Amino acid sequence: MLAGSAFADGHSKLSGDLVIFSDMSNPAPRAVMEGMVERFEEMHPDLNIQLTVIDREAYKTQIRNFLTADAPDVANWYAANRMRPYVDAGLFEDVSDIWEGTMSEELASTKGAMTLDGKQWGVPYTYYQWGVYYRKDIYEELGLSEPTNWEEFKANCQAVIDSGKKCFTLGSKFLWTAAGWFDYLNMRTNGYQFHADLTGGKIEWTDERVKATFANWKELLDMGAFIDDHTAYSWQESLPFMTNGDAAAILKGNFAVAPLREAGLDDSKLDFHQFPAINGDVELAEDAPTDTFHIPANAQNKDNAKAFLKFVTSAENQTLINAGDALGQLPVNNKSSVDDDKFLQEGFDMLSNNSTGGVAQFFDRDAPAEMAKVAMEGFQEFMVKPDELDRILGKLERARGRIYK
Amino acid sequence: MSDPTLSRSFWHRNQQTLAPWLFLAPGILFFVFYVVYPVFQSFNLSLYEWDGLGAKEYVGLRNYEDLYYEYIDRDAFYTALKNNVIWLFLYLLAIPAGLFIALFLNQTVTGIRLYKSLFFFPFVISQVVVGLVFTWFYDPAFGFLNVFLGWFGAGPINMLGDEKYVTYGVIIAGLWPQTAYCMILYLTGLNAVNPEQIEAGRLDGAKGLRMLWHVVLPQLRPATFIAFVVTIIGALRSFDLISIMTSGGPFGSSRVLAYYMFEVALSEYGFRMGYGAAIAVVLFGIMMVFIAYFLWSMYREEKR
Repeated sequence: MLAGSAFADGHSKLSGDLVIFSDMSNPAPRAVMEGMVERFEEMHPDLNIQLTVIDREAYKTQIRNFLTADAPDVANWYAANRMRPYVDAGLFEDVSDIWEGTMSEELASTKGAMTLDGKQWGVPYTYYQWGVYYRKDIYEELGLSEPTNWEEFKANCQAVIDSGKKCFTLGSKFLWTAAGWFDYLNMRTNGYQFHADLTGGKIEWTDERVKATFANWKELLDMGAFIDDHTAYSWQESLPFMTNGDAAAILKGNFAVAPLREAGLDDSKLDFHQFPAINGDVELAEDAPTDTFHIPANAQNKDNAKAFLKFVTSAENQTLINAGDALGQLPVNNKSSVDDDKFLQEGFDMLSNNSTGGVAQFFDRDAPAEMAKVAMEGFQEFMVKPDELDRILGKLERARGRIYK
Repeated sequence: MSDPTLSRSFWHRNQQTLAPWLFLAPGILFFVFYVVYPVFQSFNLSLYEWDGLGAKEYVGLRNYEDLYYEYIDRDAFYTALKNNVIWLFLYLLAIPAGLFIALFLNQTVTGIRLYKSLFFFPFVISQVVVGLVFTWFYDPAFGFLNVFLGWFGAGPINMLGDEKYVTYGVIIAGLWPQTAYCMILYLTGLNAVNPEQIEAGRLDGAKGLRMLWHVVLPQLRPATFIAFVVTIIGALRSFDLISIMTSGGPFGSSRVLAYYMFEVALSEYGFRMGYGAAIAVVLFGIMMVFIAYFLWSMYREEKR
């Protein structure tokens, strides 16, 4: 158990109430959340903490109600543009004061994602890398190695196709998985700043540079790189193609590792590589979505809530909750240590040393929700009907004109 | 001696007229508050732009204008509207199918009660389960449908992932429980068929299809009417199967108005309340046409 003194912040003993609403409803995150509350309670025996865990999907609609009607003191949400509606509506508390000093140094990597209008609106508690998870045994069998550029990437893929398999499994039924492909192809073709401007509504969807991204995508589609019928599957339903050996790789966040391991792919069969460069002039940028805690503006016990936010981001707690047997993700505090899991180590190394272009949050968190929906539908449609790109981009451009004012 | 009518209280004098209204009062109150009032609220909301959080902004008929342009562009709204029409027509197949099964089951054979129960079963299970079962059935790689087609060297078809088939795939799933419902309506109707008329028809030499068309069907009119009403309403409010089986996809090609309304107003990437309300008003308009027809024909029946 951790010593209370590690989190001393001037007024070590808190009293009163602390109400927390959390969306960490899957078994492992739930245990993490409950563990955090337990330890915080131990440090502050006079504090009365009330934790409510709500189903992750249901939470997304409920948060709108409880932020206005019956606000807790601490609530989970996501970083970047995903929190903008609540910031704009004045429902999230400005917590810039707790970021002053050490927190800004320790959480430098994710500070940008928590900043809107020059202020910080919450704290991150975990993030994870995206990249290509591939079947090491299939690559070895075909004599392939991890690609370092676009030509090798395609050559590998062609070799896999020639062996009668598909390069990538994909389940695009719930749309956001296709956005992962768009993000990577776009950031490798045009760079991070372009991604930020595009999701920020500053660039026309009919721009030649956007078309260049889709042209690269079309090269993969024309090769037949993706499994058939991906529109019918969720990402989980698409995993068997990879575990059965019908597809060699998947572009996904680190959360895919657990189900793939459970399906029998141990470290001799599963490996990870960074999405390779396409345009040599562009610095590598990565998708690394960040999950966060916020204080609602209508909260009753804001001081207690701020103490909890500081506790959550402390180096010790970050090491503990992101460990392989807990969340199995990356800690946001640079003083924390990363679990010695192979994929977490590789991901941490990639994000700290080889992501010079920047770290994006993911398409549907960087773009406003409405635009994300229309665009992701467009990506899915493009993957089925690549020849209708111009019509699809025209549709996205009209949506852009309406959504960003 | 005083006049008995005067000495009795207001309550006693009007008991006969007041009692039914008192019994109806809670129902009427709830209906007005939770159904009628929100309908007008939706009308009102459709004139605003609102994200559910901030201030409402009055935009007049612009939400309807947007719908019109989506229609012209053959975009999401057009797809939803078109699918609603397809639903409306194909869902009516449940009525003849239900009648056919009812006629088939309306016999005295050992164990007929069991067969009837089995045919009625799909209506009892939740739509969510129906949706899941059909999703597995349609699975392009492992589903039974494609295994079956494979035996004849056909397929595989990607029923729920292909824009050409997806709406039909969902409607077929919906027809399964709806047919059971129509069947039970017809079974009860068949119980009330007058045996003397059948006998008379038989004496006049009617049998088979002629008997069905001229003697049995006219007597099943009330059952047909109810089957028609529930099927039309069921088709127009189709939502749960689409949500479970396709989430409106692929790229929005299986949306209907009810689902599109939910998507833009209440789902994860939505929260355009005014726009959603405008879609709801359009759907309400379409339903009104049918509801008015039903009310009118019921009124006509009553008058006779």
